[in-house]
Amino acid sequence: MTALEAPGAGWRAWLLTASPRSRLQARLGALYLGWLAFLANPLALAGMAIVLALLATALLAPLLAPGSPYAQDLTQRLLPPSAEHWFGTDELGRDIYTRVIHGGRVTLTIVLLVAIIVAPLGLAIGTAAGYFGGLADTVLMRITDIFLAFPRLILALAFVAALGPGIENAVIAIALTAWPPYARVARAETLTLRESDFISAVRLQGASALRILLRHVMPLCLSSVIIRVALDMAGIILTAAGLGFLGLGAQPPIPEWGAMVSSGREFLLDQWWVATIPGIAIFVVSLGFNLLGDGLRDVLDPKRR
Amino acid sequence: MRRLSFWIGAAAFALAAATPFWLSSGPARAETPKDTLVIAKQIDDIITLDPAEVFEFTGGEVIANVYDRVFTFEAEDTATLVPGVAESYTVSDDGKTLTIKIRPGQKFHSGNPVTAEDVAFSLQRVIILDKTPAFIFSQLGWTKDNVKDLVKATDESTVTLTITEDFGPSFVLNTLSAGVGSVVDKKTVLEHEKDGDLGYEWMKANSAGSGPFVLKSWKANESVTLEANPDYRHGAPKVKRVVLRHVPEASAQRLQLEKGDIDIARNLTADQIQGISGNPDIKVEPFPKADLYYLGLNQKNEALSKPQVRQAIRLLVDYQGMADTFLKGRFQVHQSFWPAGFYASLTDTPYKLDIDKAKALLAEAGYPDGFSVKLDSSNVTPYTDIAQSVQETFGKAGIKVEIVPGEQKQVITKYRARNHEIVLLYWSPDYMDPHSNADSFARNPDNSDEAKSKPLAWRNAWDIPEITKETDAAARERDPDKRKGMYLDLQKKLQEDGPFVIMFQSTELVARRGNVSGFVSGPTYDTVYYRLVEKS
Amino acid sequence: MASGATSDTAGPRAGPTRPAGRGGWSLRAAGLLGSVLLTFFGLLAITFVIGRVVPIDPVLAIVGDRALPAVYARVRQELALDEPLYVQFWIYLSKVLQGDFGTSVITSRPVLEDILRFFPATIELATLATIIGVAVGVPMGVIGATQHGRWPDHLIRVVGLIGYSVPIFWLGLVGLLLFYAKLDWVGGPGRLDVYYEDIVEPVTRLLLIDAALAGEWDVFANAFSHILLPASILGYFSLAYISRMTRSFMLEQLRQEYVTTARAKGLSEARVVWRHALGNVMVPLVTVIALSYASLLEGAVLTETVFAWPGLGRYITDSLFNVDMNAVLGGTIMVGSVFIGLNLLSDMLYRILDPRAR
Repeated sequence: MTALEAPGAGWRAWLLTASPRSRLQARLGALYLGWLAFLANPLALAGMAIVLALLATALLAPLLAPGSPYAQDLTQRLLPPSAEHWFGTDELGRDIYTRVIHGGRVTLTIVLLVAIIVAPLGLAIGTAAGYFGGLADTVLMRITDIFLAFPRLILALAFVAALGPGIENAVIAIALTAWPPYARVARAETLTLRESDFISAVRLQGASALRILLRHVMPLCLSSVIIRVALDMAGIILTAAGLGFLGLGAQPPIPEWGAMVSSGREFLLDQWWVATIPGIAIFVVSLGFNLLGDGLRDVLDPKRR
Repeated sequence: MRRLSFWIGAAAFALAAATPFWLSSGPARAETPKDTLVIAKQIDDIITLDPAEVFEFTGGEVIANVYDRVFTFEAEDTATLVPGVAESYTVSDDGKTLTIKIRPGQKFHSGNPVTAEDVAFSLQRVIILDKTPAFIFSQLGWTKDNVKDLVKATDESTVTLTITEDFGPSFVLNTLSAGVGSVVDKKTVLEHEKDGDLGYEWMKANSAGSGPFVLKSWKANESVTLEANPDYRHGAPKVKRVVLRHVPEASAQRLQLEKGDIDIARNLTADQIQGISGNPDIKVEPFPKADLYYLGLNQKNEALSKPQVRQAIRLLVDYQGMADTFLKGRFQVHQSFWPAGFYASLTDTPYKLDIDKAKALLAEAGYPDGFSVKLDSSNVTPYTDIAQSVQETFGKAGIKVEIVPGEQKQVITKYRARNHEIVLLYWSPDYMDPHSNADSFARNPDNSDEAKSKPLAWRNAWDIPEITKETDAAARERDPDKRKGMYLDLQKKLQEDGPFVIMFQSTELVARRGNVSGFVSGPTYDTVYYRLVEKS
Repeated sequence: MASGATSDTAGPRAGPTRPAGRGGWSLRAAGLLGSVLLTFFGLLAITFVIGRVVPIDPVLAIVGDRALPAVYARVRQELALDEPLYVQFWIYLSKVLQGDFGTSVITSRPVLEDILRFFPATIELATLATIIGVAVGVPMGVIGATQHGRWPDHLIRVVGLIGYSVPIFWLGLVGLLLFYAKLDWVGGPGRLDVYYEDIVEPVTRLLLIDAALAGEWDVFANAFSHILLPASILGYFSLAYISRMTRSFMLEQLRQEYVTTARAKGLSEARVVWRHALGNVMVPLVTVIALSYASLLEGAVLTETVFAWPGLGRYITDSLFNVDMNAVLGGTIMVGSVFIGLNLLSDMLYRILDPRAR
């Protein structure tokens, strides 16, 4: 068998060997096994395809939809889907297909910005609380608890009301409400690390607390935080769309899907496509992230299978 | 634990059992009762129903049906000012004192007779309580200290009003037709007085009037229920009950109207009106309103302070394009500060979209490549649509507009602090005298940042000592024809060079079931009448 | 709103209920009380700060755009807006502690009264939704676990994931279009048709129960036709969470030894699964249901907007748009308290029901 499959089988066998010769080989082998399990899960694959499609759409938006998402034509209002306008046109005669495609960029931007704010914030608070313990832990975790005790959407609403509507503020509001679970995860992770030998060794070498946190603890917490982000993506997308729908997120004329559903709802009866199509876009993308996250969890956490 | 699984099972069973029940009862829907008029409207603007405080659209509409005013516009003719609770009046030679005779035989809902004392009390109460709309009277020179001397009942049926400021009598009569001119039942109000508040707490959600309807209940953000007053001076209204129901979504209003769950829908958009035009059960009636939609150009902004730029901007709005499409039927092009259809209004519309000419003007002003500017706008339709259209057409001449959407109140907060560049807002007169608008658009006695009063001219930092004088003179003028000429002249001046781009005057499109007739919506928000409504 | 549910932690979300230490009951209770109070304080502080930084002039919100300068100044003074922030916070705090949330600007009634009027509508909606979620979600989860890896399992997983992924406001709109406008199966927006209003005396303010108590079955049917669609849509959301958690708990149970033993003893598969295994996951399941209930109270914000449902969620958003900060703060404190309460409750249930936690 091996002979037949050569030469490609060489690295496969190396990865799948039952007796790895190095730590690296073992780790890569485990990753490869996970990858195989992931490939065997059609749902997860579908999720990944959707997410990749979103990325491609966002990158290639100007190619896929050459027109401007803002170009109005009052004589071409509320046209049904046709060869010329695949998804029809909206109340200002803008092409909905173009807007939905460009909306992918907006959604992706929001999600990325939230992740960029939330992960470091949660990581910093969680690792600090876990590492220092004592009073610092109590205070930081109490603050985390207070934020957790709030209904998340309502807190985001209140923040947006205070900061004013807009994408940047929606991102900040979502981030402000989304960080506590990350802090929790990071803290739990840090607690197990704190007493480990290698941290003690580093400490004995005279490294400062800041250095230990930044160089040694945080990198090790990163993977669980990243998984958490992947699982959270759909939630972030839905919250952002919900804010947009309530008129508190992205503002017109930005082609944000939630805001598009909101402005399309007055045409729901006669021009169903105006509100329906951006809604489907939100649904498909958040389903994609959920499928992907679900698959990832299966791979990374065998207990749950 | 076992008990829990039992409950889960029981719940599932109950749900299954209930299913056929609603299936059979759901579709069976009756029409609304014959003697009840159900109106769907956004009514969450109501914060009080005390006529001394009401200054909101829906609140104004409700009190117009619950209270009778000293002078009024009747449902049969919403354009002519006539005596209401008053029967007649005389003016003293110096024009400063009005003697008003009260119509005999009128009764409040409580059964108490309407007397001169009630009228004097109602007007004094407005000044003493000093709530938002009190300025309508205080501009006449009435204050807490002098109002009891200047507004007096001299006998059972006579009230004298004296003003200390320079206004013509027709102006005074117009102020008496505003919401604050509502006559309240002194005896009933004082029965509910608490700590000398003149019944203020109680009056917020109760009524003591003599109008065609009695306030039955107001459930905030839900409904207002009115009941007919059989003793009304024009006779009992034709329907027994009117329910104003809070339905915030225009599409929901339309659905409910089509299904017959409601009789009248008040907030349909131009597109929804189009959508129901094929329905034989529904009629749409247009009622011209006095509201104006305009752009305010802050003169603190260097570019906007140049006359050529202001002129160019006037040429960069697609007035007709908007009025023909997403504003169709709801808005008419109107370009002067006093609405069409009233005494002394200027109806010329000299401006239309002309990008080339605008470009030339911009070049002349030193902006051949345009400039960037922020536009503050409320984040609901039709503002969002108008703002986006303006953004598009401005862009064609190189003016890059950034729309800054916000809640209406947020926009106004910024506007009042003169922190905007361009603002998109509406304006509606407080009473139907041209001074109501001139006072704000064309009067700016103190342009300093610390100024106490903040008329629209001030908000746009438009310093106009000369025009302010002309506005004051027009308000004082007693000869109606001469006065009219003065207002036409003012409107022309503002149209040519003011910091306002007045674009549209609105029309209310009321959609009703075919069996409903007699609904009247006058030019202002507080001249909406239910008493002639009939259902066949 | 997918927040609480997407997180996969079965444990209580809010921390104030974490055991304070290994001390005795009284010590633990004191610690618990202390942390609940602290959380409350934080709740009040955060809402207060939010209320003060809103870029809308609160005086303007009350007196309107055209008030005279004197009126404006007086109201500003009445609101104590010229006092330093900490004084304002102190005033607010001492009032709230006396149960005084102030008066709402938009309804001109005490906020507490408003909340008591609007909250039952939300509770009714969330409760029915939870009933639907439990009644459908638990069996789905159990079937998913027993059919692990086969097509019913995949199907159930996908149905659940769809529930997580669909924007609830959009589903509501499409639902209204389909089931109300086109098919006429359910009632439209609102809790009742207008001519059924004011018939039933409000006792519990839960319309279905009030109507049933009064024996007004017409009203009951009408109310039911109105609540069915929003409750089903919210219920779908809760079902997604509950079925997923049930599946994962059940999978764990079915791997336990006692299951193998029971099967070996010849007990029927149905009995093993539905009686023994399900019985054993009831404890964590109750926690999950309590948490899903809490997130429904919040998810109701969007649903209530779409369905013109006069509940607390809409009260809060309406107030937000009108800068009615008393109402916003009061409403948020109310929902926050219920959150804290439910977390506490689920935690306590966990302790009482689960022998290991005792």
